[in-house]
Amino acid sequence: MNTTVQRNMSLAGEPPVALNFLQKLAVIVGMFGLGVLLLAIFNVNFPNKTLWLTLSLSSLIFGVLLFSYGAYNNKHAGIKNDAVWFKSISSRGFLAWLLGIALTGFYIVLYFYPQYLGLRTEGSNVGLIGLFDPLSTLLSGNPASQWFVYGTLYTVAILAFGIKFLWKYRHNRYEVLRTISVMFFQLSFAFIIPELMARLNNSEAYNIPYYDLKNIWPLSYYNFDQYRVDGFISSGDIGLALLIFGIVSILIITPILTYFYGKRWYCSWVCGCGGLAETSGDSFRHLSDKSLKAWKIERWLVHSVLVFSVLMTVAVVHSYLNYDASKYWLNKDAFLISVAVFLGVLFAVIWYFKRDELQKDAQYGAIGYLGIILGLIAIHYFSGSNIFIFNPETLRKTYSFFIGSIFSGVIGTGFYPILGNRVWCRFGCPMAAILGLQQRLFSKFRITTNGGQCISCGNCSTYCEMGIDVRAYAQKGENIIRASCVGCGICSAVCPRGVLKLENESPKGRINSDAVLLGNDVDLLDLIKQNK
Amino acid sequence: MKHIAIIGNGIAGITAARHIRKLSNYKITIISAESKYFFSRTALMYVYMGHMKFEHTQPYENWFWEKNNIALKEGFVTKVDTDKNTLVFKDGSTLSYDNLIIASGSKPNKFGWPGQDLKGVQGLYSKQDLELLEVNAPNNKACKKAIIVGGGLIGIELAEMLRTREIPVTFLVRDKDFWGSVLPSGDANLISKHIKTHHIDLRLETELKEIIGDENGRVKSVITSKGEEIECNLVGLTAGVSPAVAFLKNSSIETGKGVKVNKYLETNIPNVYAIGDCAQQLEPTGLRNPVEAVWYTGRMMGEVVAQTICGNKTAYNPGVWFNSAKFFDIEYQTYGWVWAKPKDYEAHFSWEVPNGEKRITLAYHKNTNAILGVNTFGIRLNHKTFDSWISEEKNIDYVIEHLEKANFDPEFYHSHFSAIKKAFKEQLKTDKNCI
Repeated sequence: MNTTVQRNMSLAGEPPVALNFLQKLAVIVGMFGLGVLLLAIFNVNFPNKTLWLTLSLSSLIFGVLLFSYGAYNNKHAGIKNDAVWFKSISSRGFLAWLLGIALTGFYIVLYFYPQYLGLRTEGSNVGLIGLFDPLSTLLSGNPASQWFVYGTLYTVAILAFGIKFLWKYRHNRYEVLRTISVMFFQLSFAFIIPELMARLNNSEAYNIPYYDLKNIWPLSYYNFDQYRVDGFISSGDIGLALLIFGIVSILIITPILTYFYGKRWYCSWVCGCGGLAETSGDSFRHLSDKSLKAWKIERWLVHSVLVFSVLMTVAVVHSYLNYDASKYWLNKDAFLISVAVFLGVLFAVIWYFKRDELQKDAQYGAIGYLGIILGLIAIHYFSGSNIFIFNPETLRKTYSFFIGSIFSGVIGTGFYPILGNRVWCRFGCPMAAILGLQQRLFSKFRITTNGGQCISCGNCSTYCEMGIDVRAYAQKGENIIRASCVGCGICSAVCPRGVLKLENESPKGRINSDAVLLGNDVDLLDLIKQNK
Repeated sequence: MKHIAIIGNGIAGITAARHIRKLSNYKITIISAESKYFFSRTALMYVYMGHMKFEHTQPYENWFWEKNNIALKEGFVTKVDTDKNTLVFKDGSTLSYDNLIIASGSKPNKFGWPGQDLKGVQGLYSKQDLELLEVNAPNNKACKKAIIVGGGLIGIELAEMLRTREIPVTFLVRDKDFWGSVLPSGDANLISKHIKTHHIDLRLETELKEIIGDENGRVKSVITSKGEEIECNLVGLTAGVSPAVAFLKNSSIETGKGVKVNKYLETNIPNVYAIGDCAQQLEPTGLRNPVEAVWYTGRMMGEVVAQTICGNKTAYNPGVWFNSAKFFDIEYQTYGWVWAKPKDYEAHFSWEVPNGEKRITLAYHKNTNAILGVNTFGIRLNHKTFDSWISEEKNIDYVIEHLEKANFDPEFYHSHFSAIKKAFKEQLKTDKNCI
């Protein structure tokens, strides 16, 4: 059955699919802003760059805001998913494919052919990047790069669509605060602070690499690359502090916060990828694949990327250690041994305390991956060769190309309208894999179900951007504790019966996989056990 | 091997099948004339509204049934031959069983209104009803006006559905307020007001008298009990549901309003059981209705009958009553009993956010002060907490004092519990002054 067929064949669309007057106007305004950028790409030379860039960006923001106003102004505070599956843009229709292709194309050009955006190594930038030069100079004192253009547009997108999201979920304080948080972290930590920090580099004493403080290794897989570490170390106390912060972020801050709040503190409150997904990607959250098969692929893929990123980073760090032994107190051998000991201890702890909670395939996977990593380290250590089985530079380049560019950018964001807004976060992000592992095993966070109130309607599962079949747990009265859950809170928001609640409670009794739904005075749990 | 046949693949039949599979390796066949795969009836509205596609209403993936060795048969049972333990289908085919579970659900009520079978007049219960609605009311050009008859949960859902396509709706409600037969007047009034803010033409204390058709046998207008004629293209009949047991009329299975069952969900025929909406309890539990057409009671009966069939005879013994619904933007939950017309021992305390759409009504015993039940609107409450408070007959003062322990609102939501406490204390003072 297809109940979405428009039987009158009208192409104009009908309420609530059709756009109202304000929304049409908003589209024109937004298109104007986009048009300026497009013209810049095709090397139209704007006489007053500052003016035209301001015009363009404000039109983009104003267009999104006007569109949201048209969409939500006359509506009650509450859930606004009417016609989501009827609209072309949000149901993999023609517009969705068009947008997907455009975004994918943009990412390919951005990553691999920045010269077409007007990047010039000699002389001043032209085209689109040239258009952003005045803004870049204002912030950091340097001309723009393709990354500055991307960062600006990214921030604009999170802010504009963030306001749209705030409007849409104005009845839900969790969503409101969470969205203000991602908007704040994007604007300050990811955009303004690093640009201002670059001003320090005008002084000879500083050579700080671009550092988005909330972008934690292994998401920022490049954080411990040689050029960056050299930069940090050669930039005095500030540089050293930043380097230490990078290490502390993943080894200390992350585990503590994840223990108390689950991975959501990062994935849906702080992270830039998450920020874009939650704001600009909100209209596509329901497109994630909920099948069991997708979950299997997810588990293997995301943990493989994690292993890959660990290996790659170890190899890269290892490759530059030792060439100046007096400069780094850490030499190749000490580094490899400490990594091996750390991973070994980590594994032993998980195995000792949480073995029973791991599924068979997770157990095999964990043992297998640990074996691979330790094996490679051992081979190197005992053979004494200079090469870490694979050439570290090749490893780094492969990772950067396939994971850093293709997976996270081209597929991760370019395919928003087709695969949903969290493809990267779910299938590819190594940071999400680490946080998820901890969330599943050592955390207070869970989504609680409310007794026997679930009616299996499926809103929660449909609108879960991570493809978790929330309903499968809720209708059994089980808490939802999934490694992938980013704690966006939308399942709880769209539930028509008030069944789901995100909580940080005592870890005791958190996983209740043999729960029986409330309501029957018969002790069903006893009965089931007796009969087994 | 024992063969269990289940008529109906709604929540009751499916739960029975799943639990029988957990407990045994009996052969299981689920029969449905409505759809091959189990779907959540409560979610049909979201398909019309575009929140979900039909496939999203199916809680299990299609491979689930074969993997768990549960056979699905599409067909309509016209006759149950209990002497031969055989089902006869519309197409003439037969199926024999050892145990039969009847879980055939409900059908929308039609009270013999003139014109009730015209084209464009329909209920909203089945997947077919939803498909019909797409034909009758695809948009506000084909359907310029809809009349909804019956102020209950399905009626308000249908109103919400039609409004998403901007179809003008007139809602005929018999009581003084929406769902006034179930909700105390203050509660019902809150919902009535909310309905009006959604641009529904709510006609209270108005009933349907007659439906008028045009020359093609399509609905043209209705005449209300107040004598007014209203032109329309759709009439939604949502005045409740009743058990779908017509196909049992000529069998030896005893039926009344529904299939008559005892505590063990057994019918008068030893190997035949009935569960869910279609069952009529001969000895209803507590203050519950003999026929309970609620999602979770179907589920619980399914759980219980599976035990009995698998050799562990178990009585259906539901605990504290609960239910929930959503009226446009207002979520509603209830635990225990809060009667629209309070029983003589029942006292109510209500509190409402000024100009907000949040409200709570607590019912307690006048003499013992024991908590009897709660209605809550726009504030989520914890089922487990209220279930234990009510079954332990906690004092109303205790409940009010500890109300935040039952909070189930999302994090960072404004808490209203101290305001509720204050209001309750003030009411006590005035009560004492009156005495």
